Amino acid sequence: MTEALRTPASQQAVQERLPPELLPPGEGFVGILKRDLLLAFRHRGELANPLIFFIMVTALIPIAVGPQKALLSQLAPGMIWVMALLGTLLSSDSLFQSDYADGTLEQLIISPQPLWLLVLAKISAHWLVTGLPITLAAPILGLMLALPEAGYATLVLGLAMGTATFSLFGAIGAALTVALRKGGVLLSLIVMPLYFPVLIFGSAAVQRVVDGGSAGAPLALLGAVFAFALLLSPFATAASLRAGING
Amino acid sequence: MAFAALGFERDDVPLFDGLSGAVAAGDILQIAGGNGSGKTTLLRILSTALTATEGSLHWRGIALALQRAEYLADLVFVGHSPGIKLALTPRENLSWLARLYPVREQDIAEALVRVGLAGLEDVPCRTLSAGQQRRVALARLVIARATLWILDEPMTAIDQDGVALIEELLRAHAEVGGAVILSSHQALNIDGVRVLDLAEYACHD
Repeated sequence: MTEALRTPASQQAVQERLPPELLPPGEGFVGILKRDLLLAFRHRGELANPLIFFIMVTALIPIAVGPQKALLSQLAPGMIWVMALLGTLLSSDSLFQSDYADGTLEQLIISPQPLWLLVLAKISAHWLVTGLPITLAAPILGLMLALPEAGYATLVLGLAMGTATFSLFGAIGAALTVALRKGGVLLSLIVMPLYFPVLIFGSAAVQRVVDGGSAGAPLALLGAVFAFALLLSPFATAASLRAGING
Repeated sequence: MAFAALGFERDDVPLFDGLSGAVAAGDILQIAGGNGSGKTTLLRILSTALTATEGSLHWRGIALALQRAEYLADLVFVGHSPGIKLALTPRENLSWLARLYPVREQDIAEALVRVGLAGLEDVPCRTLSAGQQRRVALARLVIARATLWILDEPMTAIDQDGVALIEELLRAHAEVGGAVILSSHQALNIDGVRVLDLAEYACHD
């Protein structure tokens, strides 16, 4: 070690450089958010997959069970929520996969920016391209499934929070399974239990309103789960990525 | 930058141990060793992507664990894979990378011209050759303000012109007080390169 520490005489004149100043943490967040949205735009075909799945399956239900309005409106809240869950779950798998494969994930992990903030940027981008379209398309599907008029506002509000929670919890599972080649099934097993409360409160809220009650309580609980996920997920995901990247 | 008594085990099989060394301002340290001797592992430990089983890392005389963010802001690591998005253009790739690290007030376009990618700034990276993709990654060295460069096989897939360019970049960086740790199978055409041979630290059963 002493041998290695000694600097050659010719280079002793070289001045010690000052370290660069740190960038504000917001920079990395904006950079990754923009990058992921741009990437999603470049891969428009893949981008539409969860939405197409969501619309197609919901459109098939009236054909399969028959067009009786009474039956469909009974099924509607639960069906729409289940499809929204599956739509986001299917796309969570790829959240970190391509970044892992091309080495950019390693760059994120060793960047001086806080990793949880970069992870939050990735999750935000994921919600903007999967959860948000599903939320916006939900009223149309409600119409197809003869959802009573009273339920629409609650459905959209609930899905906005619910799909965001799905993305947040999905990220933890995606980070844990990032180095596994066939992590899809394991991912579902890890995040499913976390998805259940969202599913229960979300569909209960719509059902309550449709039955003439108030959706206040289930929506508040849904909001609480969302807030919990928002606080927990970026840190859990960042820690999982550090552990998961080395297989 | 100093590292002392580094050891690494993968699945309980030791790869190397007792590895020590240091780089000072103006130093270029080449890590040598055959395939599988742990060059990439060592460089990933030094870049903190991987944690060593034992040993300590110091940066500017202070334990690295106490100043992780400061160290990482002062480091550029170009790993085995170029670390760029193939669906994005070289310009877009550099602009997202530039938001993660402190960079010079230098135009990204200039950096791309410097690494020989003039005219290719706005084509998707997937249409570029492997060597050109590596040049995109190397353009990060031109814009970064970091003192320490850690490069894993920077010459892979690079043509003769490119090798000369890399040597030129390294020489210029060392002259202004930067430090470089790189792994390479080829001998570098630069004066004063020190070589650390991993074969001396390998663990034999």
